[in-house]
Amino acid sequence: MKTIEEINKKIKEGKVVVVTAEEILDIVKEKGTKKTAQLVDVVTTATFGPMCSSGIYFNIGYTKPRIKLGGGKVTLNKVPCYPGFAAADLVLGASSLPEEDPRNQVYPGEFRYGGGHVIQELVEGKDLILEATAYGTDCYPRKYLKTYINIKDLNEAVLFNLRNCYQNYNVAVNTSSRVIYTYMGILKPNLGNANYATCGKLSPLFNDPYYKTIGIGTKIFLAGTTGFIAWWGTQHNPSVERTEKGIPKFPAATLALIGNLKEMSSKWLVGTSLYGYGVSLSVGIGIPIPILDEEILSYVCIEEKDIISPVVDYSSSYPQGKEDILGFTSYAELKSGRIKIGNKEIPTGCLSSIKKAREIANILKNWIKEGRFFLSKPVASIPSADSGYSFKPLKERKVEND
Amino acid sequence: MIKRRVVLHFPKELVDKPIVYRLVKDFDLEFNILKAEVSPKEEGVLVLEIKGNDEEFLKGIEYLKNTGVKVQPLSQDVSMDRSRCVDCGVCIPLCPTQALVRNKVSWEVEFIKERCIACGICVSGCPYKAMSIKF
Repeated sequence: MKTIEEINKKIKEGKVVVVTAEEILDIVKEKGTKKTAQLVDVVTTATFGPMCSSGIYFNIGYTKPRIKLGGGKVTLNKVPCYPGFAAADLVLGASSLPEEDPRNQVYPGEFRYGGGHVIQELVEGKDLILEATAYGTDCYPRKYLKTYINIKDLNEAVLFNLRNCYQNYNVAVNTSSRVIYTYMGILKPNLGNANYATCGKLSPLFNDPYYKTIGIGTKIFLAGTTGFIAWWGTQHNPSVERTEKGIPKFPAATLALIGNLKEMSSKWLVGTSLYGYGVSLSVGIGIPIPILDEEILSYVCIEEKDIISPVVDYSSSYPQGKEDILGFTSYAELKSGRIKIGNKEIPTGCLSSIKKAREIANILKNWIKEGRFFLSKPVASIPSADSGYSFKPLKERKVEND
Repeated sequence: MIKRRVVLHFPKELVDKPIVYRLVKDFDLEFNILKAEVSPKEEGVLVLEIKGNDEEFLKGIEYLKNTGVKVQPLSQDVSMDRSRCVDCGVCIPLCPTQALVRNKVSWEVEFIKERCIACGICVSGCPYKAMSIKF
Protein backbone atom coordinates (compact mmCIF):
# COMPACT_ATOMS: atom_id res chain seq x y z
CA MET A 1 0.00 0.00 0.00
CA LYS A 2 1.24 3.44 -0.99
CA THR A 3 -0.29 6.90 -0.90
CA ILE A 4 -0.06 9.70 -3.45
CA GLU A 5 1.82 11.73 -0.81
CA GLU A 6 4.43 8.99 -0.47
CA ILE A 7 4.84 8.78 -4.25
CA ASN A 8 5.22 12.57 -4.48
CA LYS A 9 7.88 12.43 -1.75
CA LYS A 10 9.76 9.87 -3.85
CA ILE A 11 9.44 12.14 -6.90
CA LYS A 12 10.93 15.00 -4.89
CA GLU A 13 13.79 12.81 -3.69
CA GLY A 14 14.43 11.48 -7.20
CA LYS A 15 13.68 7.93 -6.09
CA VAL A 16 10.43 7.35 -7.95
CA VAL A 17 10.06 4.33 -10.24
CA VAL A 18 7.99 5.09 -13.34
CA VAL A 19 7.28 2.86 -16.34
CA THR A 20 4.84 2.99 -19.25
CA ALA A 21 1.71 0.83 -19.52
CA GLU A 22 3.56 -1.30 -22.10
CA GLU A 23 6.73 -1.69 -20.06
CA ILE A 24 4.91 -2.82 -16.90
CA LEU A 25 3.95 -6.16 -18.50
CA ASP A 26 7.51 -7.53 -18.65
CA ILE A 27 8.28 -6.31 -15.14
CA VAL A 28 5.27 -8.13 -13.66
CA LYS A 29 6.14 -11.31 -15.59
CA GLU A 30 9.68 -11.19 -14.20
CA LYS A 31 9.08 -10.08 -10.62
CA GLY A 32 5.50 -11.08 -9.87
CA THR A 33 2.61 -8.95 -8.65
CA LYS A 34 3.62 -8.43 -5.03
CA LYS A 35 7.18 -7.27 -5.70
CA THR A 36 6.15 -5.12 -8.65
CA ALA A 37 3.45 -3.36 -6.62
CA GLN A 38 6.14 -2.39 -4.10
CA LEU A 39 8.75 -1.50 -6.71
CA VAL A 40 6.78 0.51 -9.29
CA ASP A 41 5.20 3.79 -8.19
CA VAL A 42 3.66 5.14 -11.36
CA VAL A 43 2.53 3.74 -14.73
CA THR A 44 2.04 6.21 -17.57
CA THR A 45 -0.69 5.82 -20.19
CA ALA A 46 -1.35 7.89 -23.31
CA THR A 47 -3.36 8.40 -26.44
CA PHE A 48 -3.23 10.51 -29.61
CA GLY A 49 -6.00 10.76 -32.18
CA PRO A 50 -8.84 12.84 -33.62
CA MET A 51 -11.16 13.98 -30.81
CA CYS A 52 -13.95 16.02 -32.37
CA SER A 53 -15.44 17.25 -29.12
CA SER A 54 -12.42 19.45 -28.41
CA GLY A 55 -12.35 23.22 -28.42
CA ILE A 56 -10.93 26.40 -26.99
CA TYR A 57 -12.14 29.53 -25.26
CA PHE A 58 -10.25 32.79 -25.23
CA ASN A 59 -10.55 36.45 -24.28
CA ILE A 60 -9.47 39.06 -26.83
CA GLY A 61 -9.44 42.11 -24.51
CA TYR A 62 -11.30 45.39 -24.99
CA THR A 63 -11.21 47.56 -28.10
CA LYS A 64 -11.41 51.37 -28.25
CA PRO A 65 -14.26 52.20 -28.59
CA ARG A 66 -15.64 49.08 -26.97
CA ILE A 67 -17.42 46.32 -28.89
CA LYS A 68 -19.74 43.70 -27.40
CA LEU A 69 -19.27 40.43 -29.29
CA GLY A 70 -22.08 38.67 -27.40
CA GLY A 71 -25.09 38.42 -29.70
CA GLY A 72 -22.99 39.35 -32.71
CA LYS A 73 -21.17 37.30 -35.33
CA VAL A 74 -17.49 36.40 -35.10
CA THR A 75 -15.11 34.43 -37.31
CA LEU A 76 -11.45 33.52 -36.91
CA ASN A 77 -9.78 32.98 -40.30
CA LYS A 78 -13.37 32.81 -41.60
CA VAL A 79 -14.22 29.93 -39.23
CA PRO A 80 -17.24 30.82 -37.05
CA CYS A 81 -16.67 31.18 -33.29
CA TYR A 82 -19.40 31.13 -30.67
CA PRO A 83 -19.82 34.64 -29.22
CA GLY A 84 -22.58 33.98 -26.64
CA PHE A 85 -20.46 34.87 -23.59
CA ALA A 86 -20.38 38.55 -22.61
CA ALA A 87 -18.34 41.05 -24.63
CA ALA A 88 -14.87 39.65 -25.30
CA ASP A 89 -14.99 35.89 -24.64
CA LEU A 90 -15.13 33.51 -27.59
CA VAL A 91 -15.46 29.77 -27.97
CA LEU A 92 -14.25 27.79 -30.97
CA GLY A 93 -14.95 24.10 -31.49
CA ALA A 94 -12.80 21.72 -33.52
CA SER A 95 -15.60 20.89 -35.97
CA SER A 96 -16.53 24.48 -36.92
CA LEU A 97 -16.42 25.16 -40.69
CA PRO A 98 -16.19 28.35 -42.76
CA GLU A 99 -19.56 29.38 -44.13
CA GLU A 100 -18.15 29.25 -47.65
CA ASP A 101 -16.94 25.63 -47.32
CA PRO A 102 -19.00 23.53 -49.77
CA ARG A 103 -19.24 20.74 -47.17
CA ASN A 104 -20.70 17.62 -48.83
CA GLN A 105 -22.41 19.51 -51.64
CA VAL A 106 -19.61 18.23 -53.82
CA TYR A 107 -19.60 14.73 -52.39
CA PRO A 108 -17.39 13.64 -50.73
CA GLY A 109 -16.27 16.99 -49.31
CA GLU A 110 -12.57 17.58 -48.64
CA PHE A 111 -12.94 19.67 -45.45
CA ARG A 112 -9.48 21.13 -45.82
CA TYR A 113 -9.78 23.84 -43.16
CA GLY A 114 -11.88 24.38 -40.05
CA GLY A 115 -11.85 24.80 -36.27
CA GLY A 116 -9.19 22.15 -35.66
CA HIS A 117 -6.80 23.83 -38.10
CA VAL A 118 -7.45 27.28 -36.60
CA ILE A 119 -6.62 25.93 -33.14
CA GLN A 120 -3.39 24.37 -34.46
CA GLU A 121 -2.35 27.64 -36.14
CA LEU A 122 -3.18 29.71 -33.05
CA VAL A 123 -0.96 27.40 -30.97
CA GLU A 124 1.80 27.71 -33.59
CA GLY A 125 1.82 31.44 -32.91
CA LYS A 126 0.45 32.48 -36.30
CA ASP A 127 -1.45 35.75 -36.72
CA LEU A 128 -5.11 34.98 -37.42
CA ILE A 129 -7.78 37.30 -38.78
CA LEU A 130 -10.64 38.03 -36.39
CA GLU A 131 -13.71 39.59 -37.97
CA ALA A 132 -16.73 40.60 -35.90
CA THR A 133 -20.02 42.38 -36.31
CA ALA A 134 -22.04 43.53 -33.31
CA TYR A 135 -25.31 45.40 -32.83
CA GLY A 136 -23.94 48.26 -30.72
CA THR A 137 -25.13 49.52 -27.32
CA ASP A 138 -24.70 52.74 -25.35
CA CYS A 139 -21.81 51.23 -23.42
CA TYR A 140 -20.41 49.15 -26.33
CA PRO A 141 -21.02 51.36 -29.38
CA ARG A 142 -18.71 49.74 -31.93
CA LYS A 143 -20.34 47.55 -34.57
CA TYR A 144 -17.48 46.19 -36.68
CA LEU A 145 -14.00 44.87 -36.00
CA LYS A 146 -11.39 43.32 -38.28
CA THR A 147 -7.94 42.69 -36.88
CA TYR A 148 -5.09 40.23 -36.61
CA ILE A 149 -4.89 38.43 -33.30
CA ASN A 150 -2.06 36.38 -31.88
CA ILE A 151 -2.15 33.90 -28.99
CA LYS A 152 0.52 35.86 -27.10
CA ASP A 153 -1.75 38.92 -26.96
CA LEU A 154 -4.85 37.08 -25.74
CA ASN A 155 -5.72 37.43 -22.05
CA GLU A 156 -6.61 33.79 -21.62
CA ALA A 157 -6.54 30.97 -24.15
CA VAL A 158 -7.75 27.66 -22.78
CA LEU A 159 -8.21 24.24 -24.32
CA PHE A 160 -11.43 22.78 -22.96
CA ASN A 161 -12.45 19.43 -24.39
CA LEU A 162 -15.92 18.17 -23.65
CA ARG A 163 -15.27 14.55 -24.53
CA ASN A 164 -11.85 12.92 -24.88
CA CYS A 165 -10.15 9.64 -24.02
CA TYR A 166 -13.00 7.28 -24.87
CA GLN A 167 -12.77 4.10 -22.84
CA ASN A 168 -13.14 1.65 -25.73
CA TYR A 169 -14.59 2.45 -29.13
CA ASN A 170 -16.32 0.81 -32.07
CA VAL A 171 -14.43 -0.95 -34.83
CA ALA A 172 -15.99 0.45 -38.00
CA VAL A 173 -16.75 -1.60 -41.11
CA ASN A 174 -18.91 -1.21 -44.21
CA THR A 175 -21.08 -4.11 -45.42
CA SER A 176 -22.68 -2.14 -48.27
CA SER A 177 -21.56 -2.27 -51.89
CA ARG A 178 -20.34 1.34 -52.09
CA VAL A 179 -17.48 3.27 -50.45
CA ILE A 180 -18.59 5.30 -47.43
CA TYR A 181 -16.88 8.32 -45.86
CA THR A 182 -17.10 8.44 -42.08
CA TYR A 183 -15.45 9.92 -38.99
CA MET A 184 -13.82 6.50 -38.74
CA GLY A 185 -12.13 7.10 -42.10
CA ILE A 186 -12.88 5.87 -45.60
CA LEU A 187 -14.58 2.48 -45.37
CA LYS A 188 -14.30 0.28 -48.44
CA PRO A 189 -17.34 -1.76 -49.54
CA ASN A 190 -18.02 -5.39 -48.69
CA LEU A 191 -15.97 -5.36 -45.49
CA GLY A 192 -12.94 -3.95 -47.32
CA ASN A 193 -11.33 -2.61 -44.15
CA ALA A 194 -11.95 -2.36 -40.40
CA ASN A 195 -10.92 0.83 -38.63
CA TYR A 196 -10.32 1.18 -34.90
CA ALA A 197 -9.72 4.25 -32.79
CA THR A 198 -8.06 3.79 -29.43
CA CYS A 199 -4.44 3.09 -28.50
CA GLY A 200 -5.42 -0.22 -26.86
CA LYS A 201 -3.07 -1.23 -24.07
CA LEU A 202 -1.64 2.31 -23.78
CA SER A 203 -5.04 4.01 -23.72
CA PRO A 204 -5.62 5.66 -20.30
CA LEU A 205 -9.01 4.35 -19.22
CA PHE A 206 -8.30 0.71 -20.17
CA ASN A 207 -5.65 0.84 -17.43
CA ASP A 208 -7.98 2.14 -14.72
CA PRO A 209 -11.28 0.59 -15.79
CA TYR A 210 -13.23 1.60 -12.66
CA TYR A 211 -11.67 5.11 -12.38
CA LYS A 212 -10.13 4.32 -8.99
CA THR A 213 -7.21 6.72 -9.44
CA ILE A 214 -8.40 8.88 -12.35
CA GLY A 215 -11.01 11.47 -11.33
CA ILE A 216 -11.92 15.12 -11.27
CA GLY A 217 -8.81 17.21 -10.62
CA THR A 218 -6.32 14.58 -11.80
CA LYS A 219 -3.25 16.26 -13.26
CA ILE A 220 -2.34 15.01 -16.74
CA PHE A 221 -0.21 15.62 -19.83
CA LEU A 222 -2.35 17.66 -22.20
CA ALA A 223 -0.92 18.57 -25.60
CA GLY A 224 2.58 19.24 -24.33
CA THR A 225 1.86 20.86 -20.98
CA THR A 226 0.16 19.91 -17.72
CA GLY A 227 -3.61 19.93 -17.81
CA PHE A 228 -6.39 18.61 -15.64
CA ILE A 229 -9.46 16.43 -15.76
CA ALA A 230 -12.26 18.95 -15.31
CA TRP A 231 -15.25 16.60 -15.22
CA TRP A 232 -16.40 13.36 -16.77
CA GLY A 233 -16.91 13.80 -20.48
CA THR A 234 -20.17 14.09 -22.33
CA GLN A 235 -21.78 10.79 -23.36
CA HIS A 236 -20.10 9.17 -20.33
CA ASN A 237 -21.50 5.64 -20.24
CA PRO A 238 -19.81 3.59 -17.50
CA SER A 239 -22.65 1.10 -16.94
CA VAL A 240 -22.13 -0.95 -20.14
CA GLU A 241 -21.42 -4.68 -20.06
CA ARG A 242 -17.86 -5.56 -19.00
CA THR A 243 -15.45 -8.48 -19.32
CA GLU A 244 -14.30 -10.50 -16.30
CA LYS A 245 -11.31 -8.20 -15.97
CA GLY A 246 -13.55 -5.15 -15.85
CA ILE A 247 -12.94 -3.88 -19.39
CA PRO A 248 -16.10 -2.37 -20.89
CA LYS A 249 -17.11 -4.22 -24.07
CA PHE A 250 -18.57 -1.06 -25.62
CA PRO A 251 -17.67 2.66 -25.66
CA ALA A 252 -17.91 3.66 -21.97
CA ALA A 253 -16.28 6.40 -19.91
CA THR A 254 -15.12 9.72 -21.34
CA LEU A 255 -13.24 12.67 -19.82
CA ALA A 256 -13.55 16.44 -20.07
CA LEU A 257 -10.08 18.02 -20.06
CA ILE A 258 -8.79 21.51 -19.50
CA GLY A 259 -5.41 23.24 -19.84
CA ASN A 260 -3.55 26.39 -20.79
CA LEU A 261 -3.49 26.62 -24.60
CA LYS A 262 -0.62 29.13 -24.45
CA GLU A 263 1.69 26.43 -23.10
CA MET A 264 0.66 23.75 -25.58
CA SER A 265 2.46 22.54 -28.70
CA SER A 266 1.07 22.00 -32.20
CA LYS A 267 2.94 18.70 -32.16
CA TRP A 268 0.11 17.43 -29.95
CA LEU A 269 -2.78 19.53 -31.30
CA VAL A 270 -3.17 18.86 -34.99
CA GLY A 271 -6.03 19.97 -37.24
CA THR A 272 -7.41 17.00 -39.18
CA SER A 273 -9.54 16.66 -42.30
CA LEU A 274 -11.80 13.63 -42.44
CA TYR A 275 -12.73 13.15 -46.09
CA GLY A 276 -16.48 13.32 -46.64
CA TYR A 277 -17.08 13.88 -42.93
CA GLY A 278 -15.60 17.11 -41.60
CA VAL A 279 -12.86 18.69 -39.55
CA SER A 280 -11.48 17.55 -36.23
CA LEU A 281 -8.58 18.09 -33.85
CA SER A 282 -6.10 15.39 -32.93
CA VAL A 283 -5.09 15.67 -29.29
CA GLY A 284 -2.19 14.12 -27.39
CA ILE A 285 -3.00 13.10 -23.81
CA GLY A 286 -1.05 11.29 -21.10
CA ILE A 287 -2.41 10.17 -17.73
CA PRO A 288 -0.30 8.83 -14.85
CA ILE A 289 -1.65 6.00 -12.74
CA PRO A 290 -0.26 5.73 -9.21
CA ILE A 291 0.33 2.10 -8.25
CA LEU A 292 -1.23 2.38 -4.80
CA ASP A 293 -1.74 -1.35 -4.27
CA GLU A 294 -1.86 -4.74 -5.98
CA GLU A 295 -5.41 -4.16 -7.20
CA ILE A 296 -4.42 -1.02 -9.14
CA LEU A 297 -1.41 -2.91 -10.48
CA SER A 298 -3.67 -5.72 -11.71
CA TYR A 299 -5.61 -3.18 -13.79
CA VAL A 300 -2.55 -1.74 -15.54
CA CYS A 301 -1.43 -5.28 -16.38
CA ILE A 302 -4.24 -5.61 -18.89
CA GLU A 303 -3.02 -6.99 -22.25
CA GLU A 304 -4.14 -6.35 -25.83
CA LYS A 305 -5.84 -9.75 -25.96
CA ASP A 306 -7.99 -8.80 -22.94
CA ILE A 307 -9.37 -5.68 -24.64
CA ILE A 308 -12.31 -6.40 -26.93
CA SER A 309 -14.33 -3.98 -29.02
CA PRO A 310 -17.60 -4.26 -30.93
CA VAL A 311 -17.51 -4.39 -34.74
CA VAL A 312 -20.16 -2.00 -36.04
CA ASP A 313 -21.53 -1.59 -39.56
CA TYR A 314 -21.24 2.09 -40.47
CA SER A 315 -23.29 1.62 -43.65
CA SER A 316 -26.51 0.72 -41.80
CA SER A 317 -26.57 0.10 -38.02
CA TYR A 318 -24.56 3.16 -37.00
CA PRO A 319 -26.28 5.80 -39.18
CA GLN A 320 -29.71 4.38 -38.29
CA GLY A 321 -28.90 4.44 -34.58
CA LYS A 322 -29.40 0.69 -34.22
CA GLU A 323 -27.49 -1.17 -31.56
CA ASP A 324 -26.78 -4.45 -33.38
CA ILE A 325 -23.15 -5.39 -33.89
CA LEU A 326 -21.34 -7.86 -36.15
CA GLY A 327 -19.36 -9.34 -33.27
CA PHE A 328 -16.35 -8.58 -31.11
CA THR A 329 -12.65 -8.46 -31.88
CA SER A 330 -9.61 -8.04 -29.63
CA TYR A 331 -6.84 -5.46 -29.79
CA ALA A 332 -4.37 -8.29 -30.29
CA GLU A 333 -6.17 -9.07 -33.54
CA LEU A 334 -6.68 -5.44 -34.54
CA LYS A 335 -3.01 -4.61 -34.07
CA SER A 336 -1.90 -7.70 -36.01
CA GLY A 337 -3.20 -5.89 -39.10
CA ARG A 338 -6.09 -8.27 -39.84
CA ILE A 339 -9.29 -9.36 -38.14
CA LYS A 340 -11.67 -12.15 -39.04
CA ILE A 341 -15.39 -11.58 -39.44
CA GLY A 342 -17.20 -14.76 -40.35
CA ASN A 343 -14.88 -16.35 -42.87
CA LYS A 344 -13.51 -13.08 -44.16
CA GLU A 345 -10.11 -11.65 -43.25
CA ILE A 346 -10.22 -7.88 -43.18
CA PRO A 347 -7.22 -5.52 -43.10
CA THR A 348 -7.31 -3.04 -40.21
CA GLY A 349 -6.57 0.67 -40.06
CA CYS A 350 -6.07 2.79 -36.97
CA LEU A 351 -7.23 6.38 -36.43
CA SER A 352 -5.07 6.84 -33.34
CA SER A 353 -1.29 7.00 -33.40
CA ILE A 354 0.23 4.35 -31.19
CA LYS A 355 3.67 5.71 -32.02
CA LYS A 356 2.74 9.17 -30.76
CA ALA A 357 1.03 7.68 -27.69
CA ARG A 358 4.25 5.83 -26.84
CA GLU A 359 6.16 9.07 -27.18
CA ILE A 360 3.74 10.83 -24.79
CA ALA A 361 3.85 7.98 -22.24
CA ASN A 362 7.66 8.33 -22.25
CA ILE A 363 7.62 12.13 -21.99
CA LEU A 364 5.30 11.94 -18.97
CA LYS A 365 7.51 9.23 -17.48
CA ASN A 366 10.53 11.52 -17.80
CA TRP A 367 8.69 14.54 -16.38
CA ILE A 368 7.88 12.50 -13.26
CA LYS A 369 11.39 11.03 -13.00
CA GLU A 370 12.95 14.48 -13.32
CA GLY A 371 10.72 15.89 -10.60
CA ARG A 372 8.84 18.20 -12.97
CA PHE A 373 5.44 16.58 -12.53
CA PHE A 374 3.81 15.57 -9.25
CA LEU A 375 0.72 13.40 -8.97
CA SER A 376 -2.58 14.75 -7.70
CA LYS A 377 -5.32 13.01 -5.82
CA PRO A 378 -8.74 13.44 -7.46
CA VAL A 379 -10.95 15.89 -5.59
CA ALA A 380 -14.05 13.90 -6.62
CA SER A 381 -14.76 10.63 -8.42
CA ILE A 382 -16.36 10.25 -11.82
CA PRO A 383 -19.43 7.98 -12.01
CA SER A 384 -18.28 4.37 -12.28
CA ALA A 385 -19.76 1.01 -13.31
CA ASP A 386 -22.03 0.73 -10.27
CA SER A 387 -23.38 4.30 -10.43
CA GLY A 388 -26.32 3.59 -12.71
CA TYR A 389 -25.16 6.55 -14.82
CA SER A 390 -25.75 5.96 -18.52
CA PHE A 391 -25.86 7.64 -21.92
CA LYS A 392 -29.35 8.17 -23.32
CA PRO A 393 -30.41 8.71 -26.92
CA LEU A 394 -32.52 11.78 -27.65
CA LYS A 395 -36.20 11.29 -27.00
CA GLU A 396 -37.83 13.20 -29.86
CA ARG A 397 -41.17 14.79 -29.15
CA LYS A 398 -43.47 16.21 -31.77
CA VAL A 399 -43.62 20.00 -31.67
CA GLU A 400 -47.25 21.13 -31.81
CA ASN A 401 -48.47 24.09 -33.90
CA ASP A 402 -45.26 24.08 -35.94
CA MET B 1 7.43 -9.70 -69.44
CA ILE B 2 8.07 -6.62 -67.37
CA LYS B 3 5.32 -4.38 -66.03
CA ARG B 4 6.07 -0.70 -65.95
CA ARG B 5 3.90 2.14 -64.77
CA VAL B 6 4.09 5.48 -66.50
CA VAL B 7 2.29 8.79 -66.35
CA LEU B 8 1.44 10.34 -69.70
CA HIS B 9 0.69 14.04 -69.95
CA PHE B 10 -1.29 14.98 -73.04
CA PRO B 11 -1.12 18.63 -74.08
CA LYS B 12 -4.41 20.27 -75.06
CA GLU B 13 -3.98 19.68 -78.79
CA LEU B 14 -3.50 15.92 -78.37
CA VAL B 15 -6.36 15.18 -75.98
CA ASP B 16 -8.82 14.22 -78.71
CA LYS B 17 -6.33 12.27 -80.89
CA PRO B 18 -6.19 8.45 -80.89
CA ILE B 19 -2.68 7.68 -79.71
CA VAL B 20 -2.30 4.95 -77.10
CA TYR B 21 -4.06 2.24 -79.13
CA ARG B 22 -0.94 2.15 -81.31
CA LEU B 23 1.05 0.79 -78.38
CA VAL B 24 -0.93 -2.42 -78.92
CA LYS B 25 -1.13 -2.29 -82.69
CA ASP B 26 2.43 -1.32 -83.60
CA PHE B 27 4.49 -2.37 -80.57
CA ASP B 28 2.64 -5.41 -79.24
CA LEU B 29 2.39 -3.87 -75.76
CA GLU B 30 -0.42 -4.65 -73.34
CA PHE B 31 -1.67 -1.84 -71.18
CA ASN B 32 -4.00 -1.36 -68.26
CA ILE B 33 -5.41 2.11 -67.56
CA LEU B 34 -4.99 2.96 -63.88
CA LYS B 35 -6.18 6.52 -64.11
CA ALA B 36 -7.46 8.82 -66.83
CA GLU B 37 -8.34 12.44 -66.37
CA VAL B 38 -8.92 15.53 -68.48
CA SER B 39 -8.46 18.68 -66.44
CA PRO B 40 -10.59 21.81 -66.84
CA LYS B 41 -7.68 23.31 -68.76
CA GLU B 42 -8.18 20.35 -71.11
CA GLU B 43 -4.84 18.73 -70.47
CA GLY B 44 -5.03 14.97 -70.26
CA VAL B 45 -3.35 12.67 -67.77
CA LEU B 46 -3.21 8.95 -68.28
CA VAL B 47 -1.61 6.51 -65.88
CA LEU B 48 -0.76 3.24 -67.61
CA GLU B 49 0.63 -0.07 -66.57
CA ILE B 50 2.45 -1.35 -69.63
CA LYS B 51 3.47 -4.95 -70.21
CA GLY B 52 5.77 -6.00 -73.05
CA ASN B 53 9.37 -6.79 -73.94
CA ASP B 54 12.11 -4.25 -73.29
CA GLU B 55 12.83 -3.30 -76.85
CA GLU B 56 9.21 -2.78 -77.84
CA PHE B 57 8.55 -0.87 -74.62
CA LEU B 58 11.33 1.60 -75.35
CA LYS B 59 10.16 1.98 -78.95
CA GLY B 60 6.61 2.57 -77.76
CA ILE B 61 7.71 5.22 -75.31
CA GLU B 62 9.80 6.83 -78.04
CA TYR B 63 6.72 6.91 -80.27
CA LEU B 64 4.66 8.59 -77.53
CA LYS B 65 7.34 11.20 -76.96
CA ASN B 66 7.51 11.94 -80.68
CA THR B 67 3.79 12.64 -80.80
CA GLY B 68 4.27 15.31 -78.11
CA VAL B 69 3.12 13.31 -75.08
CA LYS B 70 5.22 13.89 -71.95
CA VAL B 71 6.23 10.61 -70.32
CA GLN B 72 7.15 10.31 -66.67
CA PRO B 73 7.74 7.29 -64.45
CA LEU B 74 4.94 6.98 -61.91
CA SER B 75 6.91 6.79 -58.69
CA GLN B 76 7.92 10.45 -58.99
CA ASP B 77 4.34 11.50 -58.51
CA VAL B 78 3.29 10.29 -55.08
CA SER B 79 5.04 11.42 -51.96
CA MET B 80 4.74 11.19 -48.21
CA ASP B 81 5.49 14.24 -46.09
CA ARG B 82 7.05 12.74 -42.95
CA SER B 83 6.59 16.01 -41.06
CA ARG B 84 2.81 15.71 -41.46
CA CYS B 85 2.43 11.94 -40.96
CA VAL B 86 1.49 10.94 -37.40
CA ASP B 87 1.87 7.20 -38.11
CA CYS B 88 -1.75 6.37 -37.37
CA GLY B 89 -2.02 3.95 -40.28
CA VAL B 90 -5.56 4.70 -41.40
CA CYS B 91 -4.14 4.66 -44.95
CA ILE B 92 -2.77 1.12 -44.73
CA PRO B 93 -5.91 -0.90 -45.56
CA LEU B 94 -6.93 1.65 -48.21
CA CYS B 95 -3.86 1.05 -50.35
CA PRO B 96 -4.65 -1.58 -53.02
CA THR B 97 -1.00 -2.57 -53.59
CA GLN B 98 0.41 -2.63 -50.04
CA ALA B 99 2.62 0.36 -50.78
CA LEU B 100 1.82 1.66 -47.28
CA VAL B 101 2.88 -0.73 -44.56
CA ARG B 102 3.33 -0.81 -40.80
CA ASN B 103 6.73 -1.30 -39.24
CA LYS B 104 5.68 -3.56 -36.37
CA VAL B 105 8.63 -2.55 -34.18
CA SER B 106 8.66 1.24 -34.46
CA TRP B 107 4.95 1.31 -35.33
CA GLU B 108 5.81 3.75 -38.12
CA VAL B 109 3.98 3.84 -41.43
CA GLU B 110 6.35 3.24 -44.33
CA PHE B 111 5.75 4.18 -47.96
CA ILE B 112 7.23 1.76 -50.49
CA LYS B 113 7.24 3.87 -53.63
CA GLU B 114 7.99 1.01 -56.02
CA ARG B 115 4.67 -0.63 -55.18
CA CYS B 116 2.57 2.52 -55.64
CA ILE B 117 0.23 2.69 -58.62
CA ALA B 118 -0.80 6.28 -57.89
CA CYS B 119 -4.49 5.53 -57.39
CA GLY B 120 -4.67 8.49 -54.99
CA ILE B 121 -6.90 6.96 -52.30
CA CYS B 122 -4.28 7.63 -49.59
CA VAL B 123 -4.36 11.32 -50.54
CA SER B 124 -8.08 11.52 -49.75
CA GLY B 125 -7.85 9.13 -46.82
CA CYS B 126 -5.07 10.86 -44.86
CA PRO B 127 -6.56 13.17 -42.21
CA TYR B 128 -3.23 15.02 -41.93
CA LYS B 129 -2.67 15.69 -45.66
CA ALA B 130 0.62 13.80 -45.48
CA MET B 131 0.21 12.10 -48.86
CA SER B 132 0.25 14.08 -52.07
CA ILE B 133 0.09 13.27 -55.73
CA LYS B 134 1.20 15.40 -58.62
CA PHE B 135 0.45 14.58 -62.23
